[in-house]
Amino acid sequence: MNSVTNVELKNNVVVITTEGYLNKDLGEEIQKAAQEHMVNGSNKILINLERSNIVNSIGASILIELIEELQETDGVLAFCNLATIIEKTFKIMGLTKYCESYSTQEEALKSMS
Amino acid sequence: MSKKPTVELKLPILKNMELVATQTAEVVSKHMDLSEDKAGEISMALIEACINAFEHSESKSEIYIHFLIDDDNLTIKVIDKGKGFDSTNVKIPNIETKLTTSEKKRGWGIMLIKELMDSVDFESDHTGTTLTMTKKKNTK
Repeated sequence: MNSVTNVELKNNVVVITTEGYLNKDLGEEIQKAAQEHMVNGSNKILINLERSNIVNSIGASILIELIEELQETDGVLAFCNLATIIEKTFKIMGLTKYCESYSTQEEALKSMS
Repeated sequence: MSKKPTVELKLPILKNMELVATQTAEVVSKHMDLSEDKAGEISMALIEACINAFEHSESKSEIYIHFLIDDDNLTIKVIDKGKGFDSTNVKIPNIETKLTTSEKKRGWGIMLIKELMDSVDFESDHTGTTLTMTKKKNTK
């Protein structure tokens, strides 16, 4: 099952937790969840990918769209708990130039809050 | 001389069917005692190769994947019977350009495959495309 399993506001950071294959469908679901908070002024988004250990470039491309949308409000997108191959994929695509990657959600929230 | 073991898959063009290929790749990688990092890179490259074959070849039939197991390397062929393409005409994507222009954010597949595998080759004409990619067992 590929889905967003939880969305919550923690210390002014929108934490989006996922499960399964980060493909086009899950990418769009993440984008929609983020946008729902962005319209209310939140512009710090953390995606917890602990339970997503596989990705494709279409899903990752949707995250580039999200970076673009967040740049309009000087917002930030960050990730935590990335599988090694996802981190490598994001690095090759250049996402890591624009997004911090943290080992744990706690570490991310401490830094982003 | 004994014949090298080969695993062959035939995949219908259906949503998320690339995951069938990655599951097979995981089994083959374990059989070859490849590292987890290399196995992940092979699966990722295979996902992108399958998506390219599904989406861009405009093939109406299945795609074929051959895993050729050797002592020193794994060679994977992804074969479609689509319209073919000119790999020299594929634009190298750049995130800065994508973020500062209206350029579509997609188009990363071939770049990822080339970065993740040790060698990549395309043979393509109007009857289809064969992508051949290799991962060496003992190099970084």
